[in-house]
Amino acid sequence: MKTMLNVALPKGRLGEKVYAMFEKAGFPCPSIKENNRKLIFENEECGVRYFWVKPSDVAIYVERGAADIGVAGKDILLEYEPEVYELLDLNIGKCRMAVAAKQGFRDDTDKTLRVATKFSNIAGQYYLSRGRDIDIIHLNGSIEIAPILGLSDVIVDIVETGATLRENNLSVIETIVPISARFISNKASYKFKSEAIDKLVSELAKQVEG
Amino acid sequence: MIKQISLEANEKKIFELRELYDSYGYSHYKMSKFEEYGLYLKNKDFLVSEGVITFTDTNGKLMALKPDVTLSIVKNTLNSTNSIQKLYYNENVYRVSKSSHSFKEIMQVGLECIGSVDDYCICEVLKLALRSLDKISDKTVLDISNLDILVELQESIGVPESERPEILRLVSEKNIHELSKKFKELGIWEENTEIFKNLISISGSPEKVIPKLKSLLAGRVKAETVGNFCSIISFLADEKAVNIDFSLVDDINYYNGIVFKGFVDGIPSGVLSGGQYDKLMKNMKRSSKAIGFAVYLDMLEQLYTSTDEYDVDILLVYDSTVPPEKISRTADEMRSEGSVLAVDCVPEGIRCRKTVFLKAGGEVS
Repeated sequence: MKTMLNVALPKGRLGEKVYAMFEKAGFPCPSIKENNRKLIFENEECGVRYFWVKPSDVAIYVERGAADIGVAGKDILLEYEPEVYELLDLNIGKCRMAVAAKQGFRDDTDKTLRVATKFSNIAGQYYLSRGRDIDIIHLNGSIEIAPILGLSDVIVDIVETGATLRENNLSVIETIVPISARFISNKASYKFKSEAIDKLVSELAKQVEG
Repeated sequence: MIKQISLEANEKKIFELRELYDSYGYSHYKMSKFEEYGLYLKNKDFLVSEGVITFTDTNGKLMALKPDVTLSIVKNTLNSTNSIQKLYYNENVYRVSKSSHSFKEIMQVGLECIGSVDDYCICEVLKLALRSLDKISDKTVLDISNLDILVELQESIGVPESERPEILRLVSEKNIHELSKKFKELGIWEENTEIFKNLISISGSPEKVIPKLKSLLAGRVKAETVGNFCSIISFLADEKAVNIDFSLVDDINYYNGIVFKGFVDGIPSGVLSGGQYDKLMKNMKRSSKAIGFAVYLDMLEQLYTSTDEYDVDILLVYDSTVPPEKISRTADEMRSEGSVLAVDCVPEGIRCRKTVFLKAGGEVS
């Protein structure tokens, strides 16, 4: 029986782009394009099984071996620090992790800085490296309204075009790190399926460079 | 007949591993579950997870439930450079699980070689690691790396000391794209970046790797360091499970030289981990050398999925009027056919091959 490569794809537009790259790299699975609510798709002939998962869960599926490989945003990898191999930067889904504040904001270094974010680990480490005392306010969404309502002084969040920030009268004051989609692999799976994984990585690398 | 359950399988593995280490003359080292907390405070970074379960003993001393075995063994062995102690243990340790953020009891079997550790000892420990993996599965991989090579290469290509932990983190992720960026930021020559990238891309058997390694590292890492490593791994040339992989790194404040990790197909993370820890010995004011490894038995449960159709072979349901002696006698007689559970009413959800109802007058199937 052919070894199956289990792939966790992030649901949504990014996942569709990633699938197109995988298909071109020689791992097609036509049933994935059928318009239905199925989450698992298999192409036994090519030895690949895809499943759609929530983007922030890809790393968990891969770290725990339910998926051998997957594609996750660098933001998720920095936030959860999963024990996985990061084999390739796919150069898609590009954005940046940034600090934003209300227009005209001035950092009062005399006071503890209140930071609202979904990414507590990234924000914590960033300010720790700068020796700044902060109070992290963990939110799960609509981060942009925190400074407007006085809940926080700044926010740490993903910025793509900056349109949402502008509409809420906020602007980027510092960029923490550029973000893009990364190809990750479970460490143990890589030991036993390295041939297939290496083949896929090298084909994807050609597309990235191409 | 009902098959053994996972716990029994784990117990069987412990027995087999102990038998293996006994056959190499290693002595069983039995220790207390508790240790003085101060030992962990001094060597906090050596522990796999942060957090130790502590309690105050009756004499007022702050004690801990062991989160690690190696530190206790080192503390209690003789500080001798002209003799060697070969020990193995089978203990429970208490660590914080990364996923649940709560304490977990982990069953560990491992061995330590402490004293005048020479090349033969290192080879023997690596062989025992391979044989330990064989006892678990027939599809295994033992990754072997060398921290001295990684450290010396970083020195020779001019990676500042403050950046080395970050570089090693990227190495452990096989993260070549970010490593290139980082080296560029640090102003490291592209030629040297390529050497580093090639080193962490090397993966394979000793036979395949040794020639590549020698040509790649010539003039950049001491010939003695490369030569020693190559001679040790060439000893393992016939071992199919050996895979040289420099992305395997460990804390360089405690470990040095050879480090290794064992993987088993079907288990998502390493089940065996070990290496030389001369630096830990030095930190603990010991002049001798040491090497050892541990097998994480709790992970093996994932290999044994219960395929049993039944919970029990025979369910013996007795009437309250049946005398206890008769129930006991009937159950004993039936045990030749398999496991027997004697109850006065049918437990909810139980799956049994056969149900026997026992009444005062006789039995009805």
